[in-house]
Amino acid sequence: MRTETDIVVDHLTKRFGSVTAVDDLSFTVRPGAVTGFLGPNGAGKTTTLRMLLGLVRPTSGAALIGGRRYEDIERPASVVGAALEASSFHPGRSGLDHLRVYAPQIGVSDARCHEMLELVGLADSAKRRVGGYSMGMRQRLGLAYALLGDPDVILLDEPANGLDPQGIVWLRRLLRIFADEGRTVLVSSHVLSEVQHTVDDVVIIAQGRLVHASSLDGLRALAETRVRLAGPDEERLAGLAAEHGWRVERVDGGLDVFGVSAAQIGAAAFAAGVELHQLADVGVGLEDVFLRLTSSPDAPASRGGVAA
Amino acid sequence: MSAAIRAEVRKLFSTRLWWLLALVLVAYLVFIGAVMAFSFTVQVDTMGQAEMPTGEDMAKQIYSLTSPIGYVFPLIIGSLLFTGEFRHKTITASLLVEPSRWILLGAKLLASLSVGVVYGILGTASTVVGAAPILAWRGEGAFLGSGDILVLLGMSVVVMTIWAVLGTAIGSVLTNQIAAIIVILAFTQFVEPIARMALGAWDLTSDVAKFLPGAAADAVVGASFYAQDASTDLLSRGAGAAVMLAYIVVFALIGRYVTLRRDIG
Repeated sequence: MRTETDIVVDHLTKRFGSVTAVDDLSFTVRPGAVTGFLGPNGAGKTTTLRMLLGLVRPTSGAALIGGRRYEDIERPASVVGAALEASSFHPGRSGLDHLRVYAPQIGVSDARCHEMLELVGLADSAKRRVGGYSMGMRQRLGLAYALLGDPDVILLDEPANGLDPQGIVWLRRLLRIFADEGRTVLVSSHVLSEVQHTVDDVVIIAQGRLVHASSLDGLRALAETRVRLAGPDEERLAGLAAEHGWRVERVDGGLDVFGVSAAQIGAAAFAAGVELHQLADVGVGLEDVFLRLTSSPDAPASRGGVAA
Repeated sequence: MSAAIRAEVRKLFSTRLWWLLALVLVAYLVFIGAVMAFSFTVQVDTMGQAEMPTGEDMAKQIYSLTSPIGYVFPLIIGSLLFTGEFRHKTITASLLVEPSRWILLGAKLLASLSVGVVYGILGTASTVVGAAPILAWRGEGAFLGSGDILVLLGMSVVVMTIWAVLGTAIGSVLTNQIAAIIVILAFTQFVEPIARMALGAWDLTSDVAKFLPGAAADAVVGASFYAQDASTDLLSRGAGAAVMLAYIVVFALIGRYVTLRRDIG
């Protein structure tokens, strides 16, 4: 069994001049699961990841991996593997040499470099210069770099960018295997649908602040179906709902029923002989929940986003 | 630390630039060596004989040209150790495997010794290859067996190595690759030669000129194209080396406390 290493972000704040990129952000990431780190572009995801990795100094608060700051971990790349940007390679260096350059400090052999290239499907392009790689190949090379040290914690920033559909399915399976092995996997994305089939947990931020953290099911609960009912006799509608044990909410002009499909309600009303004037599905999907959570009700546009 | 140095050496030699630049260095210095040897030996009649050195002194002056003519090459390849990382954003991956910015800086400075020695040997050998046959043929000999000349050639290798380390220290301050190359080119090709001539022209300022990096390098080599009399116009060998090291320390400290303290975003 692997060492279980969690991530704790504790009241983390980063200001760049007058702009607050990350604002009193707290959340935890557990081992043995894939956690989606979600938010629109400029929400502060990359800045948060960079603070976790000791590249950006927090204005206040802490970002800890297994209880320690990144720079206090001995041989950190053997504990934490990270792929931040798909563009950060020397174009004149071969894919293999890109890995060999970092191998001595991670403490791994050249054989491990070959192994990782094999794993990410770049074995045939190992000796080619990275300048000739496609975006998807660069993503794979970045992943190979992150995995060199066989880390307990894997942090990937927008890893699906540039991957073809097969690549995304492959990545999804790989991340699942890592989580099942007991590793801590944190994957950022600005598109929920990109990761919603991959993640167990979600941490959603907007404008540098936490807006939601739960399991994916917890997020789904926010997206349960909502059916609007209206009829001439509202009391009979309420009675019908009570009879079936539906959870309802009185709204202006009718009744909203949660967690039951429009078809079921229609059938029940028909059987009970209740007259309906409206039977409309107004339920929101997961993507809508995400948009609702990340659009700012307070002070829109007054807080400029900083580098995503 | 040794793993960090090994990593930096791998970074240096895993792209083509080091040997492309070395190729230009070799071609340039063979050419300069040959041209200077020719002009000293062939046109000696037309150029006021009293000014011209002869014999071993002439050989010394020509063999000492590697650093003053070729120092731009080790400076640039040294600076690339830093500027390349910032240009291609590999600095992120480098700091992930070694978060200590002191170790990063130290490893790069030490790793630049490796490419410095390579450039020193190639550059010094090129000047000799260009000049020696002509000196032997037209002049009074190549003097390659002379102890003084051998020491001078050894010091030329040492100085070229120091230039590479200074280039890395400069790169830690000027992390923008284009800016670093322009500043190095402008300084080595215009600013310093003009400053050395101008400052050297008056007694009052000639003491200042001795402390310019190129003059300190000539002092380490033990001969200078700019100085009629090396014993009065140059620092001692040890003092010259100390001045060069001081430049390295100053740039490296500025790099550590200004550039490398910043967030890597």
